[in-house]
Amino acid sequence: MSHRLLTRDQIAERAAQDIPDGAYVNLGIGLPTKIAKYLPADKDVFLHSENGLLAFGPPPAKGEEDPELINAGKEYVTMLDGGSFFHHGDSFAMMRGGHIDICVLGAFQVAANGDLANWSTGAPDAIPAVGGAMDLAVGAKKVFVMTNHTTKTGEPKIVSELTYPVTGKHCVDRIFTDLCVIDVTDKGLVVTEMVEGLSFAELQAVTDATLIDATGINATQV
Amino acid sequence: MINKADKNITDVLSQIKDGATIMIGGFGTAGQPAELIDALIDLGVKDLVIINNNAGNGDHGLAKLLKTGAVRKIICSFPRQSDSWVFDELYHAGKIELELVPQGNLACRIQAAGMGLGAVYTPTGFGTLLAEGKEMRHIDGKDYVLEYPIKADFALIKADKGDRWGNLVYRKSARNFGPIMAMAADITIAQVSKTVELGKLDPEHIITPGIFVQHVVQIEPTSSTTAAIA
Repeated sequence: MSHRLLTRDQIAERAAQDIPDGAYVNLGIGLPTKIAKYLPADKDVFLHSENGLLAFGPPPAKGEEDPELINAGKEYVTMLDGGSFFHHGDSFAMMRGGHIDICVLGAFQVAANGDLANWSTGAPDAIPAVGGAMDLAVGAKKVFVMTNHTTKTGEPKIVSELTYPVTGKHCVDRIFTDLCVIDVTDKGLVVTEMVEGLSFAELQAVTDATLIDATGINATQV
Repeated sequence: MINKADKNITDVLSQIKDGATIMIGGFGTAGQPAELIDALIDLGVKDLVIINNNAGNGDHGLAKLLKTGAVRKIICSFPRQSDSWVFDELYHAGKIELELVPQGNLACRIQAAGMGLGAVYTPTGFGTLLAEGKEMRHIDGKDYVLEYPIKADFALIKADKGDRWGNLVYRKSARNFGPIMAMAADITIAQVSKTVELGKLDPEHIITPGIFVQHVVQIEPTSSTTAAIA
């Protein structure tokens, strides 16, 4: 194969391009939080955090950290002018009530029908933790997933059916991986972009679910 | 004259008995009433059921309470964190019961209790392991899970300012579960950084009206309560 994998930052940069001006957006903890760095300054994108922040901004300068101003990943943040604070009831009204335009979540697995698994590996001795993922999965108008295409050991994460416990059924709309962009449609998983130098057959070979090629001549330009 | 801010922390907490169900505010350590928790530890009550978003961070606050073995069960959404070693050890040793609740369901179940609702139908968790065995309902094209209210004997919360009628304002992301827990407990005890005279809190800005608060305890912030968070 003569392609290169996108870095985590490059996946974030690509996902950021699909977030429109004026969107209310929740970035899941971990990988998706990187997207904030790549939102163009000329767009007003309102970042929501489930612990009660709307329109929060970048991390504070060293020495300016406030233990009472953190995001859902428990990282220090700042507030933009026009930002607001609210309690957990209102915060989840924003999420579950369909007011968040886009959420971007990490994934253990995404299935061909848009089912998402990202809260539990089902291992018997693992401590389960769910946080707000199930609320976002059912509540956000659009659910994006940002993930490496395969696990560290090369197992496919885009699968025909989940083997891990489900977070939300039929919830995922678009998947950004280090190899491609996939739209989840009624017809199946439609690949709209791939990294340069990767063939569709090579992509299919590292994907458990059946993919549909809609890349045409376009390759990801990052 | 009503003065909800007239008792010291020990007298206020001495109402709490073995077996109590206690909501503790905070998201991670932001908004966690660390001094109330310390006083609860000193009280030595046992067999507690705790409701919080997490299951303690580091060795302070809620984690310290768990470490004493006083907690029988915890209801939370996100126990597993990089610094949740106290909970992790208790859980693996089978010394604490965990009820895992998606965060939004935790919030709406607490709200349901505060609002006097019998239950709520929530879409969150439908079709997942966390909805197994629960009643389902298909309403207007969407699937819902029946979830019951979570109420408590006590809520221990942290606010920024309070007055003698129990009105509260919060600070930044420390607000989180405070306002909804205050509504869902029989007795809400708020630790505040400052108590102010009646009238000093602008009625337009009061977040928790005093009707939901039974006690206000002033604890001035020290460097230890604003220590670095996880």
